[in-house]
Amino acid sequence: MTKREGLEVSIAVADAAMLSDVDVVSAYPITPQTHIVEHLAELVANGELKAAYIPVESEHSAMSACLGASAIGARTFTATASQGLELMHEVLYVASAMRFPIVMAVANRALSAPISIWGDHSDVMATRDVGWIQIFVENGQEAVDNVICAFRMGEDKRVLLPVMIHLDGFVLTHVIEPIELPDKKDVDRFLPPFKYPLPLDPEKPVTMGAFGQPFIYTEVKWAQEINLEKSKDVILEVWQEFGKAFGRQYSPIEQYQTDGAKVLLLTMGSYSETAMVAVDKMRNDGKEVGLLKLRLWRPFPYEELRESIKSAEILIVLDRAISFGGPGGPVCSEVKAALYGGEKQPKVVGFVGGLGGRDITMSGFEEMINRGIEIARTGSKREFEIYGVRE
Amino acid sequence: MRQTEHLVHKYLRSSKRFPHIWCAGCGIGIFMQALIRVIDQNEYSKDDIVLISGIGCSGRLPVYVDFNTLHTTHGRALTFATGIKLANPRLKVITVMGDGDAVAIGGNHFIHAARRNVEIASFVLNNSVYGMTGGQSSPTTPYGVITASAPYGNLEPDFDICRLAEAAGAVFVARATVYHTQLLDRLIDKALKKKGAAVVEVVSQCTTYAGHFLKLKSPVDMMKWQKNNSVTVEKAKQQSEAELEGKIVIGVLVDRERPSYHEQYQSLLAEKSKI
Repeated sequence: MTKREGLEVSIAVADAAMLSDVDVVSAYPITPQTHIVEHLAELVANGELKAAYIPVESEHSAMSACLGASAIGARTFTATASQGLELMHEVLYVASAMRFPIVMAVANRALSAPISIWGDHSDVMATRDVGWIQIFVENGQEAVDNVICAFRMGEDKRVLLPVMIHLDGFVLTHVIEPIELPDKKDVDRFLPPFKYPLPLDPEKPVTMGAFGQPFIYTEVKWAQEINLEKSKDVILEVWQEFGKAFGRQYSPIEQYQTDGAKVLLLTMGSYSETAMVAVDKMRNDGKEVGLLKLRLWRPFPYEELRESIKSAEILIVLDRAISFGGPGGPVCSEVKAALYGGEKQPKVVGFVGGLGGRDITMSGFEEMINRGIEIARTGSKREFEIYGVRE
Repeated sequence: MRQTEHLVHKYLRSSKRFPHIWCAGCGIGIFMQALIRVIDQNEYSKDDIVLISGIGCSGRLPVYVDFNTLHTTHGRALTFATGIKLANPRLKVITVMGDGDAVAIGGNHFIHAARRNVEIASFVLNNSVYGMTGGQSSPTTPYGVITASAPYGNLEPDFDICRLAEAAGAVFVARATVYHTQLLDRLIDKALKKKGAAVVEVVSQCTTYAGHFLKLKSPVDMMKWQKNNSVTVEKAKQQSEAELEGKIVIGVLVDRERPSYHEQYQSLLAEKSKI
């Protein structure tokens, strides 16, 4: 029987990678991710983890080294954040298109300029379309569990795709939380050894990522899209199996206090925890308010979203990134697109907030929900509003 | 000393940007003061100077001083600087980088700026470690030293920044430590006046991380280490390679002439526009 102990979330994420028997870790330091790979360096160096640790000279090289490792069939892990994730950008596309199940923890952080080391989701949203499976976690336990799940999801022969686990910088990475690290034996039972179907092998040569002429490129991309869409079935299956084995159940969209809720708030990541407290309070005050926590960002869970808003009249979406010159928040615009044309649609109200580490407190969420209800009834001059901005 | 205080304050954005984030005993402040001193002695106008940095502890320097300043992305100070120099050659373009910044993530830009011979005075504050992120191995961390990312010792050999700059084509290459402040002033002065790519490696101390790894307990110990381990270029010529093992060779290492990139570019433009 495992027990819960106080662990820094970054350390626990590294431990989860170790429990998953990673073969290769390649990384470059960047705040607020650094503790994850630093701890892995320590585990490799002291012999607890039998893996190769490759320190490189940039994030671009880190992801490239992961690609190479994955190509020979190694189980590969890395972590980054913010500018580091953006520097990896072109390689991220290659990883998904070449079908390498690399797992990466992203300690979500704002983008320059101005320089900010604090949290928001601008870094993730810029990599929205890179073809990776992307999962947001709201606490340390979810981060640990989902790193382990990520290997099994990505490495499933029906999937073979890289996976990003998004955890909010500082608010999650640097806090000590009660976390239950699973037993190695149980993880071994849950996560079979990785066997890449067509690795680079001098005995059986293969070509990867060769030129895609116009006559085939479209088909390759279509296959990639179908594959990512279909990965949802496997993701659900893995979460279910994980629930059976470890007793913690995950879903693409988690509903909280949604019974009879006419007003729903949708959040991602660690803000969901604060939002839950705000919803509890509003429920106590007699307001019919509920919360949707969007965990699976890619592939987008269309059916689950449509199902979860059936009884709602107002849906308030909080984004922690701006799509400049566009419809405001990327999450809100996708939610709107997912609901468009449906039989019964709630009024969708978009907020952007929590940029560059700006806090949203419990009363802040309450204020936002009330303002959202007001906008839904009387309208707003803007496509979206920024919560708490000083003008 | 009173006069020095006045001098520095003339150039600091002290009302807006302070307190600074550098640790007590860090060498960056010593370098910053030296740079200000030399700029003041030469009576350069603040408006003619552009100071550019990347990311890391050194990256904060331009934030604190009242010139045209640009705090850019990790490793890219020289690319921004190249654009600035070509767009407005009248400006005195200075970059301040760290070791990780200049020769790891920005290594490619470092060699090519030297090869092109763009007239930029570059100062690489070498503290042998990634300080800002918590003390991981950098390309100048000595072999075998324990760091946050190499808990049992660094397995990679370290870069010699000056030899790299020389081989890549920089026309002025020099090294000082933050202990040798008078030499530092002279080298900054020469670098700022050089028509072409000038690189000065400034050996500095990270008292928070590198000091701990190098088993040098205090900033004073680290500066004593700089003092006791430095050999001037002139003396180094008399010594064997074995004698120079682990020593810091300070002074002007390379001073040569080669047409700078923007001079060639300007004359090409002038020539073609005549036709």
